[in-house]
Order: sequence, then structure tokens, then C-alpha cells
Amino acid sequence: MTKGIWVFVEHRENLIKKVVFETLSEARKIADQIEDELCAVLIGKSNDSLVESLSEYGVDKIYLAENDVLKTYTTDGFTNVMSDLIRKYEPRALLIGCTINGRDLAAQVAQRLATGLLTDCTGIEVIDSQLVFTRPIYAGKATVKASCKTNPVIATIRPNTFAAVQNKKDPKIVKTVTDCGNIRQVVIDAVRQVSQRPELTEANVVVTGGRGIKGPENFKLLEELADVLGGAVGASRASVDAGWAPHSMQVGQTGKTVSPTLYIACGVSGAIQHFAGMSSSKCIFAINNDPEANIFKIADYGIVGDLFEVVPLLTEEFKKLKASS
Amino acid sequence: MKIIVLAKQTFDTEAKLSLDNNGKIDGQGVKLIMNPYDEFAVEEGLRIKEKTNGEVTVISVDKEQDQDALRQAIAMGADEAVMVVPGDVELDEYATATILAKVISKMEYDIILGGFRAIDDGSCQVAGRVAESLNIPVVNMITEIKIENGKAQATRDIEGGSEVIEVKLPAVFTAQKGLNEPRYPSMKGIMKARKKPVKIIRLGELGLVEDQIAAKVKPVSYTLAEPRKAGQVIQDEPAKAVSQAVKLILEKVKVVV
Ligand SMILES: Cc1cc2nc3c(=O)[nH]c(=O)nc-3n(C[C@H](O)[C@H](O)[C@H](O)COP(=O)(O)OP(=O)(O)OC[C@H]3O[C@@H](n4cnc5c(N)ncnc54)[C@H](O)[C@@H]3O)c2cc1C
Ligand SMILES: Nc1ncnc2c1ncn2[C@@H]1O[C@H](COP(=O)(O)O)[C@@H](O)[C@H]1O
Repeated sequence: MTKGIWVFVEHRENLIKKVVFETLSEARKIADQIEDELCAVLIGKSNDSLVESLSEYGVDKIYLAENDVLKTYTTDGFTNVMSDLIRKYEPRALLIGCTINGRDLAAQVAQRLATGLLTDCTGIEVIDSQLVFTRPIYAGKATVKASCKTNPVIATIRPNTFAAVQNKKDPKIVKTVTDCGNIRQVVIDAVRQVSQRPELTEANVVVTGGRGIKGPENFKLLEELADVLGGAVGASRASVDAGWAPHSMQVGQTGKTVSPTLYIACGVSGAIQHFAGMSSSKCIFAINNDPEANIFKIADYGIVGDLFEVVPLLTEEFKKLKASS
Repeated sequence: MKIIVLAKQTFDTEAKLSLDNNGKIDGQGVKLIMNPYDEFAVEEGLRIKEKTNGEVTVISVDKEQDQDALRQAIAMGADEAVMVVPGDVELDEYATATILAKVISKMEYDIILGGFRAIDDGSCQVAGRVAESLNIPVVNMITEIKIENGKAQATRDIEGGSEVIEVKLPAVFTAQKGLNEPRYPSMKGIMKARKKPVKIIRLGELGLVEDQIAAKVKPVSYTLAEPRKAGQVIQDEPAKAVSQAVKLILEKVKVVV
């Protein structure tokens, strides 16, 4: 019998990704419904603080696979270890945050184990004791619900979809396989921009600049607003293609998919390809000087006005609110 | 250098979606385009070909008549196009990848390029699965690639930065935006694409039994998304509009802590 709902713990520099806690919280509910156990799988180098933070989120068991070779993510290293663990313990499901490395790992493990993978999921439910996942498709114009005929079902979960809910437990720790097998990808260099801002796909608030921002120097206005709200800054393809922002900031069909609580679109017209990347935002707020702009057809709230006037006022207003709260 | 590019057609994003009688996404009459990420893959394949005096073969698993993407690739400069026609069987990503790997395993190849994601039902897995099936390494979401002495160094996106990965060839790479600017087909290319036959391979010829490609994923139901409703647009002098908007936003969501 297969047992356990597993959640892959993506971590870096001693910090666990937010999407892991969100996924654990939702998986806890599902595990309770089907009376199964919730397990976290931690690959790499662990320590007490990582284990401590996992125990805050309702985990019954933690599988630890430690090995110095696994300190940095490699496709093969993590695929080998994860696949071996699954063969050994036969879980019912493996849930992974839909991040760059999460997606990478999920596809390799799924093919090695000849099983199904549902990506970028925004819902999990139990129907006839089967796990059924909801995923947005066709640029958010439709959703499909799907299950998997084989075990384990593998699914990647869209960040910012589920609320992280604390639920203290005392997880059992299982130290386990650490044979990393043959690793064919050699990481010869890594560059990370140091930023105080959250990662675009994880941010609770995203402030995006479109062609209306008129030049790279004006992104400063958006950064100031984002910083008051602890948010990240995004860009439309028009402003990326103009060279005002790097591609890593692009939101949309050929950019990132974001799902923040609040999405502030500044000088963005609201093309369908842009919408594809932000349609699951909880609240969309638009600033555009053209009352006919498409963005107002999809925004919850909007201001018709010049962003160069409105954005600084907005920053001030939120600053005032923060100071008084 | 023998280069293989995996390419598929996707719905044009502007296309209006509807469901057919079986409650599935209706593809009838929908305009199809080459998956934009696959255009990057084709372009990169052509650039490697030009540098190494190589050969580019583009492969797609699709309906026999849906050859536009393959012809576009030929028009851009690809040498051969192969269409694998699965017939009536329901394919999922596992099945598609298993078929592609089988076709490729009978060919010569040094490098395989694909898109990192198909933009329609985009699942970001077919190319990676092909690598796993062929037992060769994959590097996903690349924005640069250099090839030397049977090895490739590829720059790939990671959250908040990038990393450079070295692998021995053969290997699979998936394209991220930023890898290149795809070229427009030349007049000569377009003429060639009109005449060049696409090689058709039927499932039966591959020696795959149905069991080997049985879909793992089972769709339960499709739903069209409720279009997002237009909300409230505030037209007032800026200061007033801003304080009203902030009030409304905070009534709806919690963002200031
Ligand atoms: C295959 C494909 C994939 C694509 N992928 C993406 C993608 O991933 N992401 C993406 O964003 N796009 C994508 N696009 C492009 C998309 O179709 C649009 O062209 C793009 O989103 C437009 O960007 P924009 O809204 O910034 O610019 P525009 O459409 O030019 O809009 C600028 C807006 O700013 C407003 N404005 C101007 N000045 C001011 C001011 N002072 N104050 C306030 N408002 C002002 C204008 O009224 C206008 O509405 C894709 C297109 C294709 C074909
Ligand atoms: N039917 C197919 N035929 C050829 N290549 C495909 C097919 N499906 C997916 N691919 C390749 O795999 C990539 C990722 O697709 P997907 O996993 O569907 O998001 C695509 O960009 C293509 O390069």
C-alpha cells in the first residue's frame, strides 16, 4: 500500500521557500481527510532551524537525505535521491512548489518513475478517495481538473495560492538514503542579484511597470511603492523589450506567473498575454491615463490618471497608513 | 553537429476558447502558432548549425495536417521535419515524451533543443521527460549556450539570478526567453518550405506497444474561466482618487501590516 503525502522542501541559505509552507498547510488538510500522514522531504544540508520551521506546519515525518554533494541543487543529484526515496517508501503523492527548480525536478522524477505530473496547480481535492488537482490552462482562460492513474501522483503547486497556516507538531525524523548517483550537470558559476525585495513569484504585492513608465529611470517610483508594501517589482513585455527591465521581471505568458494578494499595474494596457501571468491575483489595481485601456476591464479597482502623479501619492498614502497602524 | 528541435503548435493566445460536446477544449477552427519558446529553440538550433556546419531536424507529435509549425521551421532554415502521428490515442506528457524519445533513439543526435514550456496547456515537462527517457542530461530554461569539445556550457535562469551549467553532449536544453531573437523566414526559405515533404511516422512503425504509451494523467473536467469582471474605476482629482482607492483596496485585501 502506498502511504504518505510528501512535500519537497526547497531551501536555500537556511531559508525554506514560502511555497513549501503554503503547500504543507494545504496538504495537511488533505492528509486529514484521507487519514494519511504528511511528510516533508529535505534534501541537501539540514540543520535544527530548518527542522524547527517544518515542525511548525503540521508535518508528521521528515525524511532527511543529507550529503555534501547535495548542497547546491543539480537536476540529477536531486532526481536520483528523490526517485530512490519514492521507490523505497512508495508515497501516494509528491507535491513540489512550482518554482524553477521545482518544475525541473518534478519532470525528471515523473518520467523516471513512469508516472503523471500535474503542473502549476491551484487546487487540491479528494474525489472518490483520489487526489484531484486543478490547474489553469490556456493563459488562464480555462481550468482543468485531473487525477493520475499511477502512484505517486506528482504535482507542482503555484506559489501564493494557499495560505500558510501554523500547526505545531513533533515530527519523526527519518535519516535516509544519500547515494546521489551520477550527477551530469556541473555548476560552474552562479550569480544572484542581492535584493532586499521578495522574489517576484512569491511576493504578496507586485507593482508592475508597462510602456507607460517611459524609461528605466522611472522604475524607481515603482520600487518606492513596492518597498512600502514589502512587494516586488515586475514589468510588461513592452518595457522588457525596450530594455528598461531585465527579462526576469517580465510578467505574462512568456514571463513569470504571479499570484499576489495585490497586483498594481502602472501604465500597462492589459493585453491577454500579460493577463495570462497575473490573472490569479486576488486584487488587481490599475493606473492608466487612458480610460478605455483594457486593463480596466479586468482590474478590481482603477484610477484614470497620470502614473507619474498617482504612484507617488499612492506611496505616500500607504506610508501614512503604515505609520499610523 | 546533429541538432534536433522539439516543436509543437499551440493555440494563439488571442483565440476564443470554447468546450466541445464532450466537455473538452474545442480545437475546431482555432488559429495555431508555433509555441513561442520553440521558436527560440529552432533559432538556437540554426545558429549552432551555422557555426558547426551541422544539420537541424525538427520533430513534432501532432495531427498529420497540423504541419504549419514544422513548415515555419523549414522556412527559417531547418533541414528536415518529422511529424509523428499518434492517431486516436489519448496522449499525456508522459506518452508524448516517450514517443519523442523513441523516435529520437533511432536517429543520430548531439544536441536536442525544446521550449521550456508550451504556452497553451503548458506543463513544462515534455522536453525534460525526453531527456530522462534517452538517459541524457537536461538543462532547463537556458538563456545562453556555448559548445566546445563535446561539451556545452549553458546559462540558465534560477530564482533571483542565473547559473552556468556544464554538461557533456548529447544533452537536452530548453529555451527561455532571452536566448535569442528568432529570425523571420527568408523568401527562399518560404519557397523551400512549400515543397519540402514532411516525413510522417505513424505510431505503429515505432514498435511501441499501447501499454508503453498509456496516459498516466486522467482529465476529469474542463471549465472555462469566468471572465474577470470590470471593477470600479475612480475618476477624481489624483489625491482624492488615491485615498479612495486605498480605502477600497484595504477593504478587499490585507496588505499593510
Ligand atoms: C506570443 C506573445 C507572448 C507575449 N508575452 C507577453 C508577456 O509575457 N507579458 C507581457 O506583458 N506581454 C506579452 N506579450 C505582449 C502583449 O501582447 C502586449 O504587447 C504587452 O503586454 C504590452 O505592454 P504594455 O501594456 O506595457 O504596453 P502598451 O500596450 O503600449 O500599454 C501602455 C499603457 O500605458 C498607458 N500609459 C501611457 N502613459 C501613461 C502615463 N503617463 N500614466 C498612466 N498610463 C500611461 C497607455 O494608456 C497604455 O495603456 C506577448 C505577445 C505575444 C504575441
Ligand atoms: N507534441 C509535441 N511535439 C513536439 N515537441 C513537444 C510536444 N509537446 C511538447 N513538446 C516540447 O516540449 C516543450 C515543453 O512542452 P510542455 O511540457 O507541454 O510545456 C515544448 O516547448 C516542446 O519543445
